[in-house]
Amino acid sequence: MKKFKFLFYIFFLLNIIYPLKSAEQIDPIKVDWSFKGLLGKFDRSSLQRGFQVYKEVCASCHSMQYLSYRNLGEPGGPEFSEEEVKAIASTFEVTDGPNDQGEMFTRPGRPSDKFVNPYPNVKAAAAANGGAYPPDMSVLVKARKGGANYIYSVLVGYEDPPAGVTLDEGVYYNKYMIGNKIKMPNNLSDGLVDYSDGTEATVDQMAKDVTTFLSWAAEPELESRHKTGVKVILYLTLLSILVFLSMKRIWSRVNSKI
Amino acid sequence: MDKPEKKTTRRDFLFTTSYTVGAVGLGAVVWPLIDQMNPDKAQKALATTEVDISQIEPGKSITVLWRGKPVFLKRRTQEEIAEARSVSLSDLPHPEKDEERVKDGKDEWLVMLGVCTHLGCVPLSNKGDYKGWFCPCHGSHYDVSGRIRKGPAPKNMEIPKYEFVDSNTIKIG
Amino acid sequence: MSEHEYVPKSKIGKWFNDRLPLLSLASHLTDYPTPKNLNYWWTFGGILTFCLLTQIITGVVLAMHYVAHADLAFASVEHIMRDVNYGWLIRYIHSNGASMFFLAVYIHIFRALFYGSYKSPREVIWIIGLAIYLLMMAAAFMGYVLPWGQMSFWGATVITNLFSAIPLVGDSITTWLWGAYSVDNPTLNRFFSLHYLIPFLILGLVVLHIWALHIPGNNNPVGIDIKKPSKDTVPFHPYITIKDTFALLLFMIIFAGFVFFAPNVLGHSDNYIQANPMVTPAHIVPEWYLLPFYAILRSVPDKLGGVILMFGAIFILFVLPWLDTSKVRSAVFRPIYRQFFWILVVDVLMLGYMGAMPAEGIYLVLARVGTIYYFLHFIVILPVVGYLEKTEPVPLSISEPVLGGTADYSMAKKDNEKI
Repeated sequence: MKKFKFLFYIFFLLNIIYPLKSAEQIDPIKVDWSFKGLLGKFDRSSLQRGFQVYKEVCASCHSMQYLSYRNLGEPGGPEFSEEEVKAIASTFEVTDGPNDQGEMFTRPGRPSDKFVNPYPNVKAAAAANGGAYPPDMSVLVKARKGGANYIYSVLVGYEDPPAGVTLDEGVYYNKYMIGNKIKMPNNLSDGLVDYSDGTEATVDQMAKDVTTFLSWAAEPELESRHKTGVKVILYLTLLSILVFLSMKRIWSRVNSKI
Repeated sequence: MDKPEKKTTRRDFLFTTSYTVGAVGLGAVVWPLIDQMNPDKAQKALATTEVDISQIEPGKSITVLWRGKPVFLKRRTQEEIAEARSVSLSDLPHPEKDEERVKDGKDEWLVMLGVCTHLGCVPLSNKGDYKGWFCPCHGSHYDVSGRIRKGPAPKNMEIPKYEFVDSNTIKIG
Repeated sequence: MSEHEYVPKSKIGKWFNDRLPLLSLASHLTDYPTPKNLNYWWTFGGILTFCLLTQIITGVVLAMHYVAHADLAFASVEHIMRDVNYGWLIRYIHSNGASMFFLAVYIHIFRALFYGSYKSPREVIWIIGLAIYLLMMAAAFMGYVLPWGQMSFWGATVITNLFSAIPLVGDSITTWLWGAYSVDNPTLNRFFSLHYLIPFLILGLVVLHIWALHIPGNNNPVGIDIKKPSKDTVPFHPYITIKDTFALLLFMIIFAGFVFFAPNVLGHSDNYIQANPMVTPAHIVPEWYLLPFYAILRSVPDKLGGVILMFGAIFILFVLPWLDTSKVRSAVFRPIYRQFFWILVVDVLMLGYMGAMPAEGIYLVLARVGTIYYFLHFIVILPVVGYLEKTEPVPLSISEPVLGGTADYSMAKKDNEKI
């Protein structure tokens, strides 16, 4: 019977570990993100820099349709000031309407507006990018096995293809991408953006910052989730102890094990 | 739970503490379930609307939507203003001076929620006994200042928070 | 039982109780004599009630914000996660709650298998329980479709296509289920409607399940009938309620661990990609709690055969009370069955693992072995072992093994002195 219990545990563990492992591709680089762990929080300045990278590099092809500019100022995110959020929003041209003449018009963005899409629709986005739709980045980190580590790894994983691998026009080799072929060119190069806080814009730094930003975009509730979670578990533990003691008292009236 | 025996005070204390801590937890669980029905963040963020008023002729009004309710923006003529200001406060069920219902120096602009204070219908403009608004639901008459004059409505139509961004633009909210 | 003697003390209480005996019912529920030797595996009934109520409450709340439309569903879920007050909390409780529900129900089922709780006179409890389990699977499957992600869409496509295996009418049935020529907006709409309905059906069955339980009373770890209620049982309240509460709190700690610190670990990342009828994800897997059945389905190279075997794996459980020939209920006194019980547990877990792996090579071979063993267990092993097994001596009463240890007795006495 012990044997079977042992096997039971083995399979139980396998069932848990399974989602973390994958057959064909190499494991993504493990980064020690500040937002991992029970008390993990985002690094504000990294989020702000990440937004800059997103805005200057990614946003020309990738949409982020579930975010609004106001999110940039909300607690737990990049926490730009109200004025900064308004200034950021107003740099975008938003289509609104119809007006009283029945026509659509454009106006500067407001904090309540959703992030403006670079293309009018998915087909237009695909057509402009060699047939591959640049995925919406709102929940991209949650939508990829490996999450933030995977996104970061792909961003820094561009290499010359190994001997014997031929690539079509507009296809690039990436060590970490599933299938190793990616239609997004390597868009990051040292010094590409000019960080306003003076951080040196290396490829690695930009990849980390933008991944941090995308992780927040996918899980804007992360910080309050962690905070609430710690409180809830402490509370439940306390109550369990109290109930356990009460139970001992009550059951002491009968001669029985609990 | 069984009635705790009176002699066992320590047991009482333990049970009371458990119950109290449990009740606090239940209360904490109930709040998210209630609060989720309050306006969400997107709703709250849409709380301002900017309106271009440059096209409105004297005597005309437009209606815009703000927080899902109609807002009347009326550019009143001098006669209408004079009439609104000639009314004695004692004749009003809800006494309010016309001056209190407009911005200083912008007397011609009346900006108010187009919602009858009776039960929330939208009154018709330029109707009723006082040439202001008339609510067809239950027959409330409002004057050109949007004040209730006759009918079941208890109050004047509400003035929302608004400001003139420039001479042609009003920001409501 | 005691409700027959119950008379409310107050006049109003008596007046009301004569017309609707709710007070008698409450009295019956609190005084319900429960075997005092129930171990923690028996706390999962209460835990499951908690799970059901949690799913219903959070579900009703989510339905206030969710939009059941193919174009809007995915966005409405993101709206819940981002904008609705505490929306993320409520949704994560609901999505992880489904997994916790199944975790608890599997423990509950295997507890019944180990202690022979399905045997006479408790067959009807067992069958109602299985009906609940079937409805749970239907509700979980339809609920998983609602976010309208890639796994929602393709899971729905694969599962509804199971029905196309039925000869002659299969295709018509599938089209009828879809309300379209593929999984589409009408499918989503009806799944939402049914997903909202099923939990209330489950609730009704739970009432029947408990009713049927209260006729013969609880089984217990030694699997023998109650001889002397005064010695062998304790009133349900406060003894069992406090114990169930304690177990529930431990369960909730694990639940909270998932909700707050790993809310997506039990889901699939592809479901955060909006449904796309043009692209199938590379590797379709159902939720973990359906994996053993998925493995059985895939282990058969024939479409109809696979479907039949998969449903057969569940339906065979309905006749389990008549397949088990042993007179002894609890596996505690069945040395041979006990071994086979653990082999079955390992077999089901292995099938679950194979269901998550690609259906090829060694995985497929093991899935087939596992499938064959699963049916072998119920059809051959159980009846045969029941006849051949030499069971260990069963105690005369519940109190006997419990009172056997003097150490417990002295401990209890010490505790009493303290008071």
